[in-house]
Amino acid sequence: MAEIRSQFLLECDEHLAEFENGLLQLQSGSTDWETVNAIFRAAHSIKGGAATFGLDRLVRFAHDIETILAAARAQRVIPDGKALAMLLRAGDVLADFVREARDGTAPDETRIAACSGELAAASGAAMPDRQDFETLTFQPIPVSLGADCAPLLRNWIVHFRPHREFYATANEPLVLLKELQNLGDIKVVLEEGDIPPLTELDPTSAQLRWTVTLSTTHTEAEILRAFEFVEDICELRIVPELEEAPAQASSLPAPSLAEPVPGMRPIPANVSTSSIRVDLEKVDRLINLVSELAIREAALTERVLNTGLAGAHASAITAAFDDLRHLTRDLQDYVMGIRAQPVKVVFQRMPRLVREVEAHTGKSVQLACHGEETEVDRALIEGLTDAVTHMIRNAIDHGIEKPERRLACGKPAQAQVKLNAAHRGGRVVIEISDDGAGIDRDKVLALAVSRGLVAATDSLAPEEIDNLIFEPGLSTAEKVTDLSGRGVGMDVVRRSVQSLGGRVTVSSTPGAGTQFTLSLPLTLAVMDGMMATVCGQSLVVPLTALLETIQVQESNVRRLGTSGNLLTVHGKHVPMIDLGQFLGYSTKREMSASCVALLVEDDAGEKIALLVDDVPEQRQIVIKSVEANYRRVPGIAAATILGNGAVALILDINAITASRKTPSGTETGVRLSA
Amino acid sequence: MHNLAGQTLRAETWMPKEVLVCRIHGQEFCVDVGSVKEIRGWAPTALLPHSPAYLRGIINLRGTVLPIVDMAARLDFPAVIPSPQSAVIVVLIGKKQVGLLVDAVCDIIEVTADALEATPQLACDTVQNLVVTLINSDDRLIGLLDLDRLLPEIDAGDA
Repeated sequence: MAEIRSQFLLECDEHLAEFENGLLQLQSGSTDWETVNAIFRAAHSIKGGAATFGLDRLVRFAHDIETILAAARAQRVIPDGKALAMLLRAGDVLADFVREARDGTAPDETRIAACSGELAAASGAAMPDRQDFETLTFQPIPVSLGADCAPLLRNWIVHFRPHREFYATANEPLVLLKELQNLGDIKVVLEEGDIPPLTELDPTSAQLRWTVTLSTTHTEAEILRAFEFVEDICELRIVPELEEAPAQASSLPAPSLAEPVPGMRPIPANVSTSSIRVDLEKVDRLINLVSELAIREAALTERVLNTGLAGAHASAITAAFDDLRHLTRDLQDYVMGIRAQPVKVVFQRMPRLVREVEAHTGKSVQLACHGEETEVDRALIEGLTDAVTHMIRNAIDHGIEKPERRLACGKPAQAQVKLNAAHRGGRVVIEISDDGAGIDRDKVLALAVSRGLVAATDSLAPEEIDNLIFEPGLSTAEKVTDLSGRGVGMDVVRRSVQSLGGRVTVSSTPGAGTQFTLSLPLTLAVMDGMMATVCGQSLVVPLTALLETIQVQESNVRRLGTSGNLLTVHGKHVPMIDLGQFLGYSTKREMSASCVALLVEDDAGEKIALLVDDVPEQRQIVIKSVEANYRRVPGIAAATILGNGAVALILDINAITASRKTPSGTETGVRLSA
Repeated sequence: MHNLAGQTLRAETWMPKEVLVCRIHGQEFCVDVGSVKEIRGWAPTALLPHSPAYLRGIINLRGTVLPIVDMAARLDFPAVIPSPQSAVIVVLIGKKQVGLLVDAVCDIIEVTADALEATPQLACDTVQNLVVTLINSDDRLIGLLDLDRLLPEIDAGDA
């Protein structure tokens, strides 16, 4: 039961997201009825599940929301802006209740009280004093259905026989029957005629059949709605009872599914792609196995082709290996695709955040999201959510001016925050931009000088000043607010983004706004790398950090003091590190003509050249953790396994540039790129 | 460092029933059979920078990265010179799998209480620290290795 409950609460999050999403669509001017229906369904699903688990407050609240939506549906009127804003707030309260049920965090009672009052007023009827939901005798809520359809008490006969899948998906007939009870007076008869003798009974089969006589003012469609989520997994017939012959329900012949039923309307199909829930660990294991398969495939091919094929079969075998390779690549791509999730799951949490920050700061903000379908690796979602949350909070709290100030500057009172996601150059790029005041460079610089981050005499370019906001301990808020301004903002964002293999950059125009750009790898499991050999060891340089490979010659290497060599790159000089020496594979050695330098750039934009023996190829590699069985190794990000089964180390460029600068390992001061 | 009483206590509280005996620099040592996952032949490793001298590097164990500890070097002997007899004993230490490179794997023996002999005070701290107890039977002297103390930095990393 506990498992089903947590599953329900998980689904609640999805329903809540759908609820909120639909409302936002309506708010942005959508007039699609399906959206209203989707919102209603979401509220309804939450209510249904909540009733099963005895979450009474959640049920009542969801019920009120449902009432308002039902009225809107009946009147064919899309709720107006005020109503939508109220429903959004109501959705936030629902989310609080769900969180309460899951983690036990107490919801904000004043908000609930305010919101339920609003709801009651909106539903047009004072809320009746409610008792326990279970014992609630239903009073039909007067819903205006228009003149042509005055409430009329009618008797319906509902034949209901769940299929095996009905039970298999943890549905409960009692819940549905209670739902019918909410519609009017019911008489329920269980038909046991179909149940075979015990000796022939298949205990996992579904034999029970109910006949319900329902006396209600509701329409057939509304009765059908009670079965909305089980319509595909049960036999269901709803027929009006013949007035002259109030037939004994049990004497009706057993309904046959093939028999066409007059008056039964086609049920609208659910227009959502079907999906299943899979344990993440299973997916990861699958990915691991497929990666192994790809490695073995490469190794086998290499070995067979190296032994030298001869004879008539040679070309056939080569072709077969080609096919195998393509299949393996396809398989790998698809399996990686399983982990992919649209960034929508991140973006859809933001409207609520914006509402909360708006309420807190008294600023008015419109959030516009684009590219929500852009897919990223599931492992990135959590870190991405944290980063985006922080940045949006920051944008509203620091970047955007108060409405009066905006009007004085000739801007509209309502500010714009844009959230944009796209795939660009094999990476996921997320942009967060606002039309606020931009970074106050004088203030940032003054603060940085007062904190000793830069010297007062340093002359910094505007972009360099903007980048100071990523330094630890720098907050430009005049007073520390609840939301941001604890000085742990942007440096935390940068570090968490870097730990995901990403970068964050900022650009700002004074008076016109600020734009943050997050760039992340598509996946954490696979990356493109340049293979390099150093003293017989195989190493991988992440392609994202690699700028170019340069042939090392006498003419382009300069010596400078005792600090080592500089490499001339397009007229500038970049420090060069002998990787063999740096990694402890060899002592100082003479450079030969065959040596190659890899020009790399770290996340802060600092360039260094890595001297290696050879760069045999560029390839896609599967990332394997070194920490899992050992520990973190300085300068090494992870390892990978090559086609021949050997291990190669993946270099951590940021760690290499950092360790160069401060041999003691403590990093101080501001790094400014040349 | 560790007094005798402490060593005896450790031996009493944790005692494997069977141990896998291996040869390291002509001497016999053993590990709890329960910790052993598999035994493999030697394969060349990828060298890890900034690592202790006894860490021979990492190898690919069916898709996971397995660190290889040179047991001779770990016990302050000269490093193992890989030969066809050399073996890698894959053991589980906590949640981590580690390969132990030894000169040869000998046999599996049952441990009886009367064969146990507390490790005396030794001049070499490394060996003192790693050998929980001695197994003295059939004219053999076998040092039982404490796997938990094999890789000090793994513990540090977990903490």
